[in-house]
Amino acid sequence: MAPTAPAGPGGPGARHHIISVLVENKAGVLARVASLFSRRGFNIYSLAVAPTDNDRLSRITIVVDVESSPLEQILRQLDKLINVVDIFELAPEDATERELLLATVSADPAERGQVISLVGVFEGKIVDVGRDRITVMLAGAPSKLDDFENLIRPYGIVELQRTGRVALPKLERRAARLRSVAGGSTDPAPSKIT
Amino acid sequence: MKLTGAQALIKSLEMQKVEVIFGLPGGAILPVYDPILDSSIRHILVRHEQGAGHMAEGYAHVTGRPGVAMVTSGPGATNIVTPLADAMMDSIPIVVITGQVPTTAIGTDAFQEVPITGVTLDITKHNWLITDVNDIPRVVAEAFHVATTGRPGPVLVDLPKDISNATMDWYWPSSLDELDLPGYKPQTTGDPEEVSRAAELILAAERPVIYAGGGILKARGAEALFELATRTGIPVVTTLMGRGTFPDSHPLCLGMPGMHGNYTAVTAMQKSDLLIALGSRFDDRVTGKVSAFAPEAKIIHVDIDPAELGKVRRPDVPIAGDARLVMEQILEALASQGLGPVGTVPDTGSRAATRPDLSSWLDQIRAWQAEFPLTYNQEDGGALKPQYVVEQLRDLSPDDTIVASGVGQHQMWASQYWQFNHPYTWVNSGGAGTMGFAVPAAIGAKVGRPDKTVWAIDGDGCFQMTAQELVTASAEKIPVKIAILNNAYLGMVRQWQELFYAERYSEVYLSPDLPDYVKWAEAMGCVGLKVESAEEVAPAIEKANGIDDRPVVIDFRTDAFEKVYPMVPAGAPNDDIIVGPAEGEGGR
Ligand SMILES: Cc1ncc(C[n+]2csc(CCOP(=O)(O)OP(=O)(O)O)c2C)c(N)n1
Ligand SMILES: [Mg+2]
Repeated sequence: MAPTAPAGPGGPGARHHIISVLVENKAGVLARVASLFSRRGFNIYSLAVAPTDNDRLSRITIVVDVESSPLEQILRQLDKLINVVDIFELAPEDATERELLLATVSADPAERGQVISLVGVFEGKIVDVGRDRITVMLAGAPSKLDDFENLIRPYGIVELQRTGRVALPKLERRAARLRSVAGGSTDPAPSKIT
Repeated sequence: MKLTGAQALIKSLEMQKVEVIFGLPGGAILPVYDPILDSSIRHILVRHEQGAGHMAEGYAHVTGRPGVAMVTSGPGATNIVTPLADAMMDSIPIVVITGQVPTTAIGTDAFQEVPITGVTLDITKHNWLITDVNDIPRVVAEAFHVATTGRPGPVLVDLPKDISNATMDWYWPSSLDELDLPGYKPQTTGDPEEVSRAAELILAAERPVIYAGGGILKARGAEALFELATRTGIPVVTTLMGRGTFPDSHPLCLGMPGMHGNYTAVTAMQKSDLLIALGSRFDDRVTGKVSAFAPEAKIIHVDIDPAELGKVRRPDVPIAGDARLVMEQILEALASQGLGPVGTVPDTGSRAATRPDLSSWLDQIRAWQAEFPLTYNQEDGGALKPQYVVEQLRDLSPDDTIVASGVGQHQMWASQYWQFNHPYTWVNSGGAGTMGFAVPAAIGAKVGRPDKTVWAIDGDGCFQMTAQELVTASAEKIPVKIAILNNAYLGMVRQWQELFYAERYSEVYLSPDLPDYVKWAEAMGCVGLKVESAEEVAPAIEKANGIDDRPVVIDFRTDAFEKVYPMVPAGAPNDDIIVGPAEGEGGR
């Protein structure tokens, strides 16, 4: 599911949507969500799942690449899943998005310095060093990861893994026009999430 | 009070006022079968688990209460997958309990282990695998709540054998707050603003049609529909799932729309300027080619499931809510816009006072009805026409007879030619189109409504799929009546091969006499009758209607060449409706 090409979903400029789904922390819930997407023919671009600060709930962050009308179908079908507690759709401009990237890059001693300084520029970290390779870690906005991936590619990427993005609404009220799907209300109150 | 998990399960079903379980035991569910002996709940032992599932559906169809089926793990569970899919498509509330291998064996490919919650993930409204004996009462309460509220549907509870054998302290959740369903809040009343916009559209429409679906039946909304239709004078089409929501005998009833709907129902929708869709879902069998469906119509769409609003056709007024409650809201909104109950005069200056007159629209509808009625031709001494059999069944049986059907030509003739004047008298597999539905569904219906005559109108192909349940019916003294429209073919498929595959008939011939249906019926403890000509039809039906101590099967030998008309070819616009056979086609 992690992208191999650095471009965003659907290519640069294509509109993606971030769906933040709060689910009950019960066995099989991820399978229900994944199965719904495949059954209804919706594409998942990336998916990240983790517990929240409330141990009864997990948050699934799904990035989809769709026109707005199927998006509404996706949200409404998701909302029907009994274990889905709440759904927020985040427009990219209203969301703080982050993603983590791990990459093992060939870096023989001659090139190592250049790779290390690139990592430095991006505020990444060297997390492992071998004879002719290093493993680097970078966290940040997905577009920053895309840029880093492009720049590091010429040195030779041995392995690369991205987590898929996680997102929360931006705090600035006016910008954080997040939409609670259930009932179609515009109540932004993210406090009810936890 | 200490109970075993098995006892807790049965007690939980008793708390839910379950009267009957349709089921068949096996290893993994064995512990639960022991306390059944001490329970007030009746258990009906089926001959195949598919039968149990369809019986539960038939029971739910006619009573409005959830049907319950119980089966063992592995093949027992997979045998009930088809009824679950069927109930999912048609929003039928059933609760299926499956045995499962012990929790310690789950994941080891143990004997008769099938991960049934995974298998049925997409064809249940929800399912549960119980892993703690203390959860049993709560999960049973949740299962019934989920199955019967919101958009109803099938649920499955998978119960591992060690959990049924474990012990727990009995409790029963006393309120919904004790259920663990934080994400489940079905919305039942409609948004008042949308409701009043709906009333405005209704009062402005010149060519309105009510498109009444099965959701009205689930919402117990037939009375509200009657009030809405008669107060507004708007004609009603009743979909395959909605037959009986509005009486066929009423002058405003146009009957069934769709692929095999009558000309008037199909064409009135096509030409309408307002479609009021109530508990119906713009199924492809109704719309034909979606982009050419009712092109001039504004749409009011009322559905309990918000995901249906705009799924196929974008509504002008979407209303998420229970069909009955929303209709009642619309009636109030109509009253406040000047349109009170039948017989009252619209308030002067109100929107209702300047409402367009519908009489030319209704005249147009009457003209279509006169020009394009449903027709068939039963010739004297000619081959027995299936439509004639349905009409005779209708005329010789009580007005509130419950009719179940299979899937195929016979189903369409049953829906077209029966007169459904009461809700909950039509038991049908609509969305899934499950052959073999009729016999077990009729049995379940008769169990739910023993006071009513229950006829199954079945096809010869369908009958062969689940006929063994007549053994169940005989053993349990459930006197259903089965009319097989025996055309010796998988008739509906034959019809498509005739029309769309240049009469190249591939694997559709069944034979009229193999099996011998009369002997088969008798072997299953039923009365078996055979009818070969039109004159024999009425006497046989009268004889069958007089038998009330065992099931009856009538083998009607019908014309194999008869086709279902009208017909809109699959994927074609509804305007392309074919009303009858081409010149010279006829009786071959
Ligand atoms: C379980 C299942 N298998 C196959 C089909 C496809 N199918 C639809 S109608 C039909 C023919 C039904 O034959 P019969 O019961 O004799 O009814 P008829 O059309 O002849 O009235 C078939 C095979 C189906 N709907 N369900
Ligand atoms: Mg047949």
